[in-house]
Amino acid sequence: MASVTFENVSKRFDDVVAVDDLDLAIADGELMVLLGPSGCGKTTALRMIAGLEAATSGKILIGDQVVNHVDPARRDVSMVFQSYALYPHMTVQRNIESPLLIRRYPVDGPDRPVRKLSKAERNERVAEAARVLDLEPLLQRKPAALSGGQRQRVALARAFVGRPKAFLMDEPLSNLDAKLRAQTRVELVDLHRRIETTVVYVTHDQVEAMTMATRIAIMSNGRLQQLGTPRDVYDTPANLFVAQFIGTPAMNCLPGTFTSVGGAAGIEVEGGRFPVPSKLQARLEEGRPVTVGARPEHLRVAEAPSGTAVELQVRAAEWLGHECLVFGSVGGEPVVVRLIGRVGVEPGGSLPLAVAPDDVHLFDPDSGRRLD
Amino acid sequence: MIAAWWHRRYSTRETLLALLFLAPSIAVFVAFFYRPFLNLVYWGTFESRRRGAFFESVGLRQYREQLTSDDFRQGLWHSIQFVLYTVPTGLVLGILLAVAAHRRLKGIKIFQAIFASTIASSVAVASVVFFFFLNPTVGIFRVDWLNNPDMAMFAVALSGIWRHLGLSFIIVLAGLQSVPDEVLEAATLDGYGPVRRLLRITLPLISPVLLFLLVVLVIFGFQAFAEIEILTGGGPAASTETLVFKIFRLNTPDSIGIGAVYSVGLFLVTLVVTGLQFAILERRVHYGD
Repeated sequence: MASVTFENVSKRFDDVVAVDDLDLAIADGELMVLLGPSGCGKTTALRMIAGLEAATSGKILIGDQVVNHVDPARRDVSMVFQSYALYPHMTVQRNIESPLLIRRYPVDGPDRPVRKLSKAERNERVAEAARVLDLEPLLQRKPAALSGGQRQRVALARAFVGRPKAFLMDEPLSNLDAKLRAQTRVELVDLHRRIETTVVYVTHDQVEAMTMATRIAIMSNGRLQQLGTPRDVYDTPANLFVAQFIGTPAMNCLPGTFTSVGGAAGIEVEGGRFPVPSKLQARLEEGRPVTVGARPEHLRVAEAPSGTAVELQVRAAEWLGHECLVFGSVGGEPVVVRLIGRVGVEPGGSLPLAVAPDDVHLFDPDSGRRLD
Repeated sequence: MIAAWWHRRYSTRETLLALLFLAPSIAVFVAFFYRPFLNLVYWGTFESRRRGAFFESVGLRQYREQLTSDDFRQGLWHSIQFVLYTVPTGLVLGILLAVAAHRRLKGIKIFQAIFASTIASSVAVASVVFFFFLNPTVGIFRVDWLNNPDMAMFAVALSGIWRHLGLSFIIVLAGLQSVPDEVLEAATLDGYGPVRRLLRITLPLISPVLLFLLVVLVIFGFQAFAEIEILTGGGPAASTETLVFKIFRLNTPDSIGIGAVYSVGLFLVTLVVTGLQFAILERRVHYGD
């Protein structure tokens, strides 16, 4: 077990900056999810921890050791690949045993010299990993004879068996079907709780990030956009990118200006006025342009005309049983509302919407940064 | 019984359709392979005479006599020598070149094209190149191997290795490109160094390709003719007369029956050796998932 730290790490491939000045401290025992769209640099960051890519500049630390020039096999990390990367010509048993055959481990305690494991020790570890991951009946099979979920568990067992300082996982669930993915998500969280090892988990799936992470590092264009707990990134997105990346459907964002003229202070948008979080009211000057954001689930149907923030011009409604998504526009900008239960809305009509002041997010329209 | 089984699985319509699709290839095989081959077997039962009757049917006697003759045995031994000189070396060199050229580097295509180029040169050209290499007075190596009965086969084999290197290279390279990067990266993290990775992961994963290449190279080895004809003409002192070369020599009106026997003999040898390769090695070959 160990922490993993990036200090001003950059990675360039020719002219492309894959990772740009990344500063990230992953705590010991934490399940850190690197989340972002494809090409955001998250996989490159993970591969730099493993040593499969070398950092162009900056320092990478595992524990308190700088590992930039340490051989991948000596970093004491293990990786689960998207394709699982099992050895197709070896049995499950051999696949799981593989990291134990050549590498040396601090078996006799952290202060004693590392050594290779004996045959008995190897068997014991393989048996343990097979038991934990429910692979005992499959040990003599080859990967070709396993289902996707079973292969994934073999990959996990192979990562698990060396008891590494950190697990690196590169989209390990993306090749599973939806049902198995949901189930494996729960199992991974459970496994992480039992082994209490640092996990760095790369995904583009915000559901995985929100449900599994201790903390999420959201990346875009090689840069870290926000670091925080799933709650932090949902409740207080640091910028417009995070605001629109986390949450499905994405947060509604409209251009507006702050005003306190003519009634309560608010954000004037075309087609209405949004309330303003009370702590921000005193800090905004009259006429300041802002981008106002409200999550679809925080918009509700206004009960009285006085409480109406904006009028939604309804274009379509999708009833999903437990909820209803209403698509429309406010002042020409697309807006989605998520309403619970059955709602009588017709395309072409309009719907008065209200939102609580504390559910309104304000961003600087130029930098995209959150106004707090 | 087979007919009954067949009818349970396939309708008459399907059977006719299958025969229709197979007909062109069956026709070609019958016309250019099976019928000539049966002719050959038949000719082998005729002894040719200089005087009197041109051909006299002697049944299997000629097969018995010729397949146990010293001349056939010598030819077989020379063929085996040629295969032993060319195949293992060619295979290993092909793997080494392919591993060297299997990299994501700028300009690597140029090297790949150079390594593969021997596949595009004809045997005649290759042989003339080696004839020049090995010329005792103006050659590059300036050795007299082609006139030395102990070294001639080795010299001929060199040109054989060179000529098939492009083929081995291309086939192994294609195999290497099918090995997933992630599997090799997993092996790197598991502590496999470059050599171990090659021997324990890469080569087993491309074993079907290697088996194919081995079988093909052995067959090519048994069939090699042009480089021998051009470089040594079978000499010196018949030291490079392989079976194919002897068959070529026997292709005269007064020995065509013996030639037919030798041809059938070569066919059987190739068949047995290829069968053995599959029987022994196929169990160890891993065919993907």
